[in-house]
Amino acid sequence: MAALPSLRNTAPWRVLDGFGISARAASRWVQPRSVDELANIIRRAADEDLKITFRGNGRSYGDAALNAGQLVVDNRGMTRVLNFDRERGTIELEPGATIETMWRTGLPAGYWPHVVPGTMFPTMGGCVAMNIHGKNCFKAGPYGDHVQELDLLTASGELKTLSRESDPELFRATIAGLGLLGAVTRVKLGMKKIESGRLKVRPITTPSLNAMFDCFVERMPQSDYLVGWIDCFAGGSGLGRGLVHQANYLSAAEDPAGRALLDNDKQMLPPSIMGVPRSIIWRIMKLMTNDPGMKLVNAVKYMLPETFDSSGTFTNTHVAFAFLLDSVPNWRNAYGDSGFIQYQMFVPDSTARAAMAEALEHCRRKGVVSYLGVFKRHKPDEFLLSHGLDGWSLALDFAVTPGNADKLFAVTRDLTKIVLDAGGVFYPAKDAVVDADSFARAYGDRLTRFLEIKHRVDPQGVFQNDQARRLGLV
Amino acid sequence: MSAPAAGTAIRTKSPHPSKFERAIVVGASSGMGAELAKQLAAEGAHVALVGRRESELEAVAATIRAAGGRAIVAKHDVTAYEDVPRVYEALTKEMGGLDLLVYCSGAQYNPDESVYDFAQDREMIEVNVIGAIAWTQLAAAHFEAQRGGTIVGISSIAGERGRRTMPGYTTSKAAMSTWMEALRNRIARYGVNVVTIKPGFVDTAKTAHLAKKPMVISPAKAAELILKAAHRGGSPSVFVPGQWQLVALIIRHIPSFLFRKLNL
Repeated sequence: MAALPSLRNTAPWRVLDGFGISARAASRWVQPRSVDELANIIRRAADEDLKITFRGNGRSYGDAALNAGQLVVDNRGMTRVLNFDRERGTIELEPGATIETMWRTGLPAGYWPHVVPGTMFPTMGGCVAMNIHGKNCFKAGPYGDHVQELDLLTASGELKTLSRESDPELFRATIAGLGLLGAVTRVKLGMKKIESGRLKVRPITTPSLNAMFDCFVERMPQSDYLVGWIDCFAGGSGLGRGLVHQANYLSAAEDPAGRALLDNDKQMLPPSIMGVPRSIIWRIMKLMTNDPGMKLVNAVKYMLPETFDSSGTFTNTHVAFAFLLDSVPNWRNAYGDSGFIQYQMFVPDSTARAAMAEALEHCRRKGVVSYLGVFKRHKPDEFLLSHGLDGWSLALDFAVTPGNADKLFAVTRDLTKIVLDAGGVFYPAKDAVVDADSFARAYGDRLTRFLEIKHRVDPQGVFQNDQARRLGLV
Repeated sequence: MSAPAAGTAIRTKSPHPSKFERAIVVGASSGMGAELAKQLAAEGAHVALVGRRESELEAVAATIRAAGGRAIVAKHDVTAYEDVPRVYEALTKEMGGLDLLVYCSGAQYNPDESVYDFAQDREMIEVNVIGAIAWTQLAAAHFEAQRGGTIVGISSIAGERGRRTMPGYTTSKAAMSTWMEALRNRIARYGVNVVTIKPGFVDTAKTAHLAKKPMVISPAKAAELILKAAHRGGSPSVFVPGQWQLVALIIRHIPSFLFRKLNL
């Protein structure tokens, strides 16, 4: 075989960003189309001392899929569904297949993914690396809980099939392992049987943060999904006020008409909202994406009652409920060229109320207020670097501007201290600002164990990324 | 813009700097390139000198160092395109980043009108166009990501028309000017300053054989005007000296049937 041209010298360069726009890097970029091509790239990169970062649809908010000056390997050349077993409800996918691929394959047969994030665009590779979660994490756990098996191509070129039975240690390190242990080339997951193409949704207004916690505690036993939205501008007795959405699956008996909605076309959102094409809505949002605009939007959202019937509920298709972030395409552009960061704090149940109140109050006091607050309940899982814990999370979206950056990063440092003092952890899919010491404090022995495994399966340190270097994971 | 932690890539657009901290000059062994390197170093920039002729580069670097400036040298032939990433990365690593890239390398042949010399034409395209693309686009990718930086390309007024006395050269400079314009249109929005310089006659080795050199300036003067344009920001396309802008305007508007009769 003729010598292949050097990746270092001939791979094209790309400027890639995190989903929050604010983190960017120029790097070499390749997109393999098969496991063989991928193996070849890994071998050549190792020979040329190039570090590899795996990237899918770029849905991580920070620098998780960036690799300044090195090599980004894009998994979107490998997007096939390898198998779908409609009897057992299992699906096997290539790493570049998305959550969208998954639900579109399952839904006509009456299956929905156990876990979906707020957008349908993350790839399987990314979902494994981050162990993503959804609005049902208090009940269904994270994505990794539903992975039955996966294939991992390691730095040595070996293709290992991992599961809870075969190599459980590597399995538990690979899921939530930030793509640092190798390339995921196949994932096998279970899916959930559903009988209706829609959910019953109940909106509940909560006048304070404590009321929101109470609402979750009360509702969790009878809910399939629970998510809270918080108006971060509100203070005083209204601190943490917001809105909870509870959603439940519907059985065939409860919703006989719902069966007809097990049809991909009937799940999709109409292309316009009140005559305005969805594709341009972000431009309108951009006009509002500033402190006074967002203060108004949050207040109106809190005050405005949602339409529902006498039972206090309405129905929503799975797609409309699950993928709210996709309802406005390119919404991130509303933040402009400097983008935003998302700061998501995960804190144990015992300290959560105080820590979150302190975080919200601190942001208000510093004049750095999140335009969106999202609140969820979590449960612990078996994965080494997972963010899952017996506790709660609060996700905050902060605009970055050339003028506010220093002030903003001072506030996120304070938030990190609040999280650590509360015994909490961080979530790499969202993180752009945490430092290595704080990450080490949060993960402790789990990080030590992860690093041992990392050194064993990737002794040369081929798999890295900007975030992993920042967090001291390589 | 300070990053919150090491390795974090959050950068916001910053105002055009009043001073370049780190610069690469490609084609720094003589002429305008050597002068640019010296003047940049005199302004306080850490300068990397790139070129084929190592001894000349070292001589320029020695002058800079003797005057208290900081200079490093990399021997590189701009037609060794595949070496560009390696050289670029080594230099930017040593300097701790980059604020300014000047592409100054140029090949020029003015053959007798009876000569059709493919080798010469090819060399001019390779040095003036392909080498420029290899270097400037690599800087462009990094500058786009860091939301700032300045790229200066030394093109020529010769690129304004296809001239019978120098087909290969005018073609190469037209291509280079178009490339620089495209780059500017692509990344000016990210706060990257892309500057096209179109000198007239500069008193260098390349023009030594010419009998008539109207409005000729010294390489030092040219470098001074080039740096002024680079410092000003706003991604301009600048004639050096400015009087050539009027000449270019006229030349561009001479109808083709007349232009071919002129001895240009």
